[in-house]
Amino acid sequence: MKKLSIICFSGDFDRAVAAFTLASGAAAVNYQVNLFFTFWGLNIIKNKKGRGFTGKGVLARSFNFLAGGFKNLPMSRLNFLGASPKIMTYLMKKRNVATLAELLQAALALKVNLYACEMSMNILDIKREDFIPEIKEVLGVAKFLELSENGQTLFI
Amino acid sequence: MKKYFLDISKEHCPMTFVKAKLELERLKAGEQLEVLLTEGEPLENVPRSAEEQGFTVLETVQVENELYRVLIEK
Repeated sequence: MKKLSIICFSGDFDRAVAAFTLASGAAAVNYQVNLFFTFWGLNIIKNKKGRGFTGKGVLARSFNFLAGGFKNLPMSRLNFLGASPKIMTYLMKKRNVATLAELLQAALALKVNLYACEMSMNILDIKREDFIPEIKEVLGVAKFLELSENGQTLFI
Repeated sequence: MKKYFLDISKEHCPMTFVKAKLELERLKAGEQLEVLLTEGEPLENVPRSAEEQGFTVLETVQVENELYRVLIEK
């Protein structure tokens, strides 16, 4: 089976759109797809879609609050204090292009495998229960290499 | 025998083949799906990936200028 593995490092809105477009598109044409969320990418899969004081300790809690969740993903350029992702979503709907939320739903419906990085969760004190329930496993580099072996791998 | 219909002619990448794939997954043996799609990527990809998954593409008919009708059976 053909295989595509994507390391979702960035929590940027536009990069997340790129990752989920590739993921759902590949899954639709019979690829096995693995998405590995790490660092900023973890914001995409947080259970809480808005800002929340996740974790323990002032630093981790402030960091998680500032980073936010799915609804706070910033645009990598021209973010305009968070207005751009909303404008972009409006344009996507208007032009009949799938929004990020729709792409995520499509990826889930096509049974794309979602994994979270154990190490970055540890730094930010994010627990598995802070993520959407579709996260298949919490893992590290060794397991990711094993899962992505003999396929294509992208870092976004 | 049940026949389903899916119009992806107004959709863009990747939802064209995402919707086709999800609709094909619902089919039971002997059932058919008629897909309305545009030429280019959807016309190249939807029948091909359906065949890869073991479906049979019964016919591809040009309906209008850039519009095609593809009949797929499980």
